[in-house]
Amino acid sequence: MEKILSLLRNNARLSNRELSVMLGISEEEAAAKIKALEKEGIIKGYLTVCNESKVENAPVHAMIELKVVPMKELGFQDIANRVIALEAVDSVYLMAGDYDLAVFVKGKTMQEVATFVAKRLATLDSVLSTNTHFILNKYKEDGIILEDGSTQDIRSTLKSE
Amino acid sequence: MSPIKFNERLSKIPEGVLHKYLELATDPSILSLSVGEPDFPTPFHIRQAAIDSIQLGKTFYTPSRGLLSLRKEISSILSRKHHLDYDPVNEIIVTVGASQALEAAFITLLNPGDEVIIITPAYITYVPIIVMCGASIVPIVTRADEGFKLTPEALSAAISDKTKMLVLNYPSNPTGGVMTHEDYEAIAQILRLKDIVVISDEIYSELTYGVTHASIAQCVGMKEKTILINGFSKAYAMTGWRLGYMCSTPEIIKNISVYHSNAILCPQTISQFAGIEALKNGDEDIHHMREEYDMRRRLVIDRLNKMGLPCATPLGAFYAFPDIRSSGLSSMDFCSALLQSKKVAVIPGNAFGAAGEGYIRFSYSYSLQHIQEALDRMEAFMKEIKK
Repeated sequence: MEKILSLLRNNARLSNRELSVMLGISEEEAAAKIKALEKEGIIKGYLTVCNESKVENAPVHAMIELKVVPMKELGFQDIANRVIALEAVDSVYLMAGDYDLAVFVKGKTMQEVATFVAKRLATLDSVLSTNTHFILNKYKEDGIILEDGSTQDIRSTLKSE
Repeated sequence: MSPIKFNERLSKIPEGVLHKYLELATDPSILSLSVGEPDFPTPFHIRQAAIDSIQLGKTFYTPSRGLLSLRKEISSILSRKHHLDYDPVNEIIVTVGASQALEAAFITLLNPGDEVIIITPAYITYVPIIVMCGASIVPIVTRADEGFKLTPEALSAAISDKTKMLVLNYPSNPTGGVMTHEDYEAIAQILRLKDIVVISDEIYSELTYGVTHASIAQCVGMKEKTILINGFSKAYAMTGWRLGYMCSTPEIIKNISVYHSNAILCPQTISQFAGIEALKNGDEDIHHMREEYDMRRRLVIDRLNKMGLPCATPLGAFYAFPDIRSSGLSSMDFCSALLQSKKVAVIPGNAFGAAGEGYIRFSYSYSLQHIQEALDRMEAFMKEIKK
């Protein structure tokens, strides 16, 4: 992976100035590289990782295993297109194994998610079955430990252990 | 009962600035930049090799000089990376970290009254052990504008007829300075004519940026006078494993062995198996960590200079050693004030000897986010004190 990309994947808020210093290139070059990565469709967006357990009225998350019948010629693409079009859906992955699509959804309440699965997902043509797992707690997301006080730097903990 | 009489030399160890400072920095909410160890965990395949040795029951004593298979790997990596040839059978001892190699070398070679030249600012643990041996310290002061290198002029001036030993530590903790092969050649010209043993602590040899690591042992005639010391802590992020080694002539190694084998019997067996794996398959890990340090280094140097803390570009190790004299504060006052007002801990330069007064040591063996936060706070601190 290009260095500038791996730096941004760890911290999307690094300024062009910081990136240029760290990579030993000019600020203009750094800006141009990012523009190119965006243009090529490699960088698709910049999000904030947040610990929702501390956010008021945070949404409920669930992971749904979807078994589907692949369509002739289109394979899984057609059903994937239908699923990603749904607003409540955060992520969709094609899986190897017991089921086909892993669908991550969010809703205001468990009831809302349940209704969404029953009415919008399960009813899609070519969906054979759904298996819904509600997410109870997130410990780590995108490489970042969410819980306060836990640290990836074990050194300090050893000094007081 | 009369009070216990301790070794009288204990009281001759100069009182360190460091512990005084660390007493101040105990609050767990402090953002520390004071640690001198890699922030990376030991690469998993290396940990696995240790687990394997435990599962296979390979947990007995080894030869006191260390497993021959490990010494062979050490010999091979020194030849492959630094073009140095050491015989695994009689020129290498595996030690409990580079620290124990240093201790064994000092104890085996020094007599009361001997003079030991050290290059300052210097790593903190040299002086106390040398003092415990009854030898005296002759510090050479190196300068930021000379990249903290040892110059032949300074060396000549420090040598007397009592000089027994010269301790080198490049890449340097705390300054990040390095010596090139040419720099060493200039030093070697003086040393070739003298009966001085050189201790070359090369623990940061894998962490140089844009320059190739050089060793004084590479200079013609110097390998015979040098005890090369290295270890696994910094290169492979293996600090807690306590594994190092020393290489020298069969005569020196034989004599050190007399002490070493009695002092420790043998280095930790489990760590030695991990060490074999590290030397065999650790190159990629080193490469990855070095790249990370290098990016942090560039960022740190850029920002320190910008905020009014001029800093020579360190070419090795993972420390920046900025000049803080523009603040008008002493190293200790600067560090205490920074600690108090911004909760950032850096080490006062004079913890590394009087030559470090006017400087601070900033370790960048921390995550980028951690470093950025610390730099932000330091920048705010600098603005406040300049008002």
